[in-house]
Amino acid sequence: MENTTSHRNILIKSLLGAVVMFMFAIFVLPPLYDLFCEITGIGGKTGDAYTATEVAVDTTREVEVQFVATNNATMPWEFYPVEHKVVVHPGEQKEIVFYAKNLTGMDMVGQAIPNVLPNNAADYFLKTECFCFNNQPLAAGDDAELAVVFIIDPDLPASVNTVTLSYTIFDITDREAMQVSQLQ
Amino acid sequence: MAHGPSESFFSRWLFSTNHKDIGTLYLWFSFAMFLLGGAFAMVIRAELFQPGMQLIEPEFFNQMTTMHGLVMVFGAIMPAFVGLANWMIPMMIGAPDMALPRMNNLSFWILPFAFAILVATLFMEGGGPNFGWTFYAPLSTTYAPDTVNYFIFGVHIMGASSIMGSINIIATVINMRAPGMTYMKMPLFVWTWVITAFLLVAVMPVLAGAVTMMLMDINFGTSFFDAAGGGDPVLFQHVFWFFGHPEVYIIILPAFGVVSQIIPTFSRKPLFGYSSMVYATASIAFLSFIVWAHHMFTVGMPIAGELYFMYATMLIAVPTGVKVFNWVTTMYKGALTFETPMLFSIAFVILFTFGGFTGMMLSIAAADTQYHDTYFVVAHFHYVMVAGAVFSGTAAVYYWLPKWCGRMYDETMGKVQFWIAFIAFNITFMPQHFLGLAGMPRRYADYGLQFADWNMVSSVGAFMYGGAQLLFLFNVIRTIGWGKPIDDPKVWEGAEGLEWTLPTPAPFHTFSTPPVLK
Amino acid sequence: MSKRARALFLGLFSPMILCLVAGGAIAEEATWNSLNMPEGVTEVSQAAYDIHMIMIWICTVIGVAVFGFMFYVMFAHRKSKGVTPANFHENLTVEILWTIVPALILIVMAVPATTALLKVYDTENPDIDIKVTGYQWKWQYEYIGEGVKFMSELRTPQDEIYGRAPKGEHYLREVTEPLVIPTNKKVRFLITGNDVIHSWWVPDFAVKRDAIPGLFTAAWAKTDQAGIYVGECTELCGKGHAFMPIVVEVKEEAEYDQWLAAKKEEAVIYQSTIGKEWTDAELMAKGESVYAISCAGCHQAKGEGIPGVFPGLVDSSIVTGPVEDHIGILINGVAGSAMQSFADQLSEVDIAAVIHYKRNSWGNEMGDTVQPIDILNYKQTQ
Repeated sequence: MENTTSHRNILIKSLLGAVVMFMFAIFVLPPLYDLFCEITGIGGKTGDAYTATEVAVDTTREVEVQFVATNNATMPWEFYPVEHKVVVHPGEQKEIVFYAKNLTGMDMVGQAIPNVLPNNAADYFLKTECFCFNNQPLAAGDDAELAVVFIIDPDLPASVNTVTLSYTIFDITDREAMQVSQLQ
Repeated sequence: MAHGPSESFFSRWLFSTNHKDIGTLYLWFSFAMFLLGGAFAMVIRAELFQPGMQLIEPEFFNQMTTMHGLVMVFGAIMPAFVGLANWMIPMMIGAPDMALPRMNNLSFWILPFAFAILVATLFMEGGGPNFGWTFYAPLSTTYAPDTVNYFIFGVHIMGASSIMGSINIIATVINMRAPGMTYMKMPLFVWTWVITAFLLVAVMPVLAGAVTMMLMDINFGTSFFDAAGGGDPVLFQHVFWFFGHPEVYIIILPAFGVVSQIIPTFSRKPLFGYSSMVYATASIAFLSFIVWAHHMFTVGMPIAGELYFMYATMLIAVPTGVKVFNWVTTMYKGALTFETPMLFSIAFVILFTFGGFTGMMLSIAAADTQYHDTYFVVAHFHYVMVAGAVFSGTAAVYYWLPKWCGRMYDETMGKVQFWIAFIAFNITFMPQHFLGLAGMPRRYADYGLQFADWNMVSSVGAFMYGGAQLLFLFNVIRTIGWGKPIDDPKVWEGAEGLEWTLPTPAPFHTFSTPPVLK
Repeated sequence: MSKRARALFLGLFSPMILCLVAGGAIAEEATWNSLNMPEGVTEVSQAAYDIHMIMIWICTVIGVAVFGFMFYVMFAHRKSKGVTPANFHENLTVEILWTIVPALILIVMAVPATTALLKVYDTENPDIDIKVTGYQWKWQYEYIGEGVKFMSELRTPQDEIYGRAPKGEHYLREVTEPLVIPTNKKVRFLITGNDVIHSWWVPDFAVKRDAIPGLFTAAWAKTDQAGIYVGECTELCGKGHAFMPIVVEVKEEAEYDQWLAAKKEEAVIYQSTIGKEWTDAELMAKGESVYAISCAGCHQAKGEGIPGVFPGLVDSSIVTGPVEDHIGILINGVAGSAMQSFADQLSEVDIAAVIHYKRNSWGNEMGDTVQPIDILNYKQTQ
């Protein structure tokens, strides 16, 4: 009898351990990974909206910022940066524009996902305003100029002279529709 | 407790709670899966015999590579070692049976269903899983065939089976040891299995978590792995390999255990460095949790991460080296004989070490840029999986089969099988190193003419290796049915341990009264 | 060994020997010599090769020592020689020794391993930036800031792959248009994926980076050796995984500049072709070649499709339906199926030609003409 209780004890503890690991995989690993990305700049993910504060502009240094646009698989929009690159001083606030046009006959919703290269510059690329913070609905045939306002943090590592800001635009029309229908 | 096996065939095997019967079921199931996964491998090698698409379409080729991996890892190798554990652990620690016999029955019987579901997808519209056994998102989510849901279900069942099997082993080892059988007196096979069981309980749920997240992404509009919704495909790889790297050791640790039983027996000398073997096993298990991203050196991690994973991975060479040195030193100044189990064990040591060398090369991130996802990697993991796990499993069967059924196998046939397997294995996988270095990526249905020669050699080797397994099957059946009867409890002159104090063949119920340890 | 065993042995081994001999005879132009990693043509590939060779030698030395000792033991300490086994089973000194010595070797190895990795990551200050996008199953190259962008896909015909025609010298190593880079310039590759994960590998540059949708990874190459370098996709990406090779042509700087200028001009001319009125024959010829490259992989050579997987095009409701719907399918793709949007991948001319071709081939006799301008109009008015 003593043995069976002890067996049950081990069984319950182990099962509990397994459940904890399962929960860990689903509820802890993804946010942990996001946090990790944010700290290390893995994948060049940039932070959320940055509230501009008075920063001294470092006029002694110039950084080239490149812009790249990519359409994901099922995204039939025209999407490109109006300027391919700009040269800024760290600390200086700059606005640039991407052009997007819905070429189809359907109303669509797009979502742009930003990336910064090199990865170690991601933390120093501060966006005070960006179309990527929200999804972008475009009616059939409509076009739009999508703005990004950014500041390069003067603490940008000295080795970095060129920063590439890239957006991949995804078609999330179905995803949006699905979420709306789930809410209703 | 004195009753024997149930009379009726169905109730004996279907409702069995006897550790030996369940062990037998596991072993036969795993062998069946081994032949099935082997058949898939034969299809792959037949298609790759020459450049060009001859026999199958690339789409089906991808299903074959995927199913080969899944069936071999989850259907053949893991259940084989669970079967050996079921048979041997109670006998080795002086227990009457496993601690949780009914759960033992359940953990086996859900397994055939998992694989029935998985294999059935091959015949469904859209075909079976075609995204590799590592099933990276989004190929396995957004772009997967509809049957992916069956695949996920199957993986869940396999995971449940493994977890239950492991809990059973943990409970048995903790609670059911004979008086005097302290932890540091347990045979190494028991030690490696109990460590493996802890690994399984820790990481199988993570795999379950990964497929659950896939399921939600596919069916419920979440975006764990979908960049469009703010997720990240790379997250999948981290979660998968957080499971996947320990999984590699789950496969190889029991193999270490088997070899650590066999080499002393045929060296007629105790295992050298028992306690260092235990500590080395534990360190390998620990390290397995902190090196996972070395499978992902090309995803573009920050350099700091890459350096960390490189250094941590290189560290694994230390405890693994200790094991190899211990095995060799065990043989030193012994009185060696070379029966089939010993031949397979020595081949294990040599070929596994070779796989370890290539593993060390792969850990060097800069060079891994060139090796990653090429046939070099395929060669590497077949050296550790086939020459490691499968060779040691074969050794274990030859080693313990006489004990199990009281009949001796045909030694000549065993040796012939060994030499064919050994030579064929090297003909198959050695050239794959060259192919990989010369630039042939893995999972390729077709290849340029510059890879033709070595692929042909490799295919020829693979067919031979497949043939050797049929000889194995024949030898085992022949032994069970018509082998020369033996009744010496020790079977082998140099065998030591509780399992060899039981009568031969091993009685249906193991130690009804606890044995007394010397 | 008994007679029976010897017969068994021979029976099993002789087919293998025969196979090997036959295999050798078939492969007249033997490729046995490609045994090792290429040294490549960049600093990074040289570094990777060097560390690879260091590792091989370290492993060889350790292997010879350990296995040499083991074989000695197997020879000298066998029971048949009448030895009595010793009984020792512990020695702390050697245990510590064989823990520490390998650890020291590892520490020594870590040094070159780290330096080599630093080189891989040195992507700063490039002269040229090229965006590489992996598609199912081709590559797109975009010269950032130059307005030059093109697709590069397998040129080997299906007939060669399926053995209906002899395989050419460059089987699976040829593409419609190679990536062109200059010598002596630091080229940075910004690598991303369009649909699933691919991986862009050029062994001679030691560049291998995963092309992940929604993410960018960077790699670089700088070489002084002009030439043609072939690479492969190394991440399983579906049925065409083996059929999306990479060809990089490294040109001398002056030649590269000429090429780039021509490429830019071509882009301009190409625009003007859209406005042109194309004849039926021109469209059919163009359409046939586009079809063979972009459509036949799924819909098959004669539009017969694969039942249950890829729809056939003969007498299909789309091909024989209104032109607008047909154009729409190519421009937008079909959500939830393998039919992707070709709006970005094919030019207006290509789309018009291939639609025209489909509607007027294999017994489809729609008789209507589809002009590039129709496609442009569709894109703009829709």
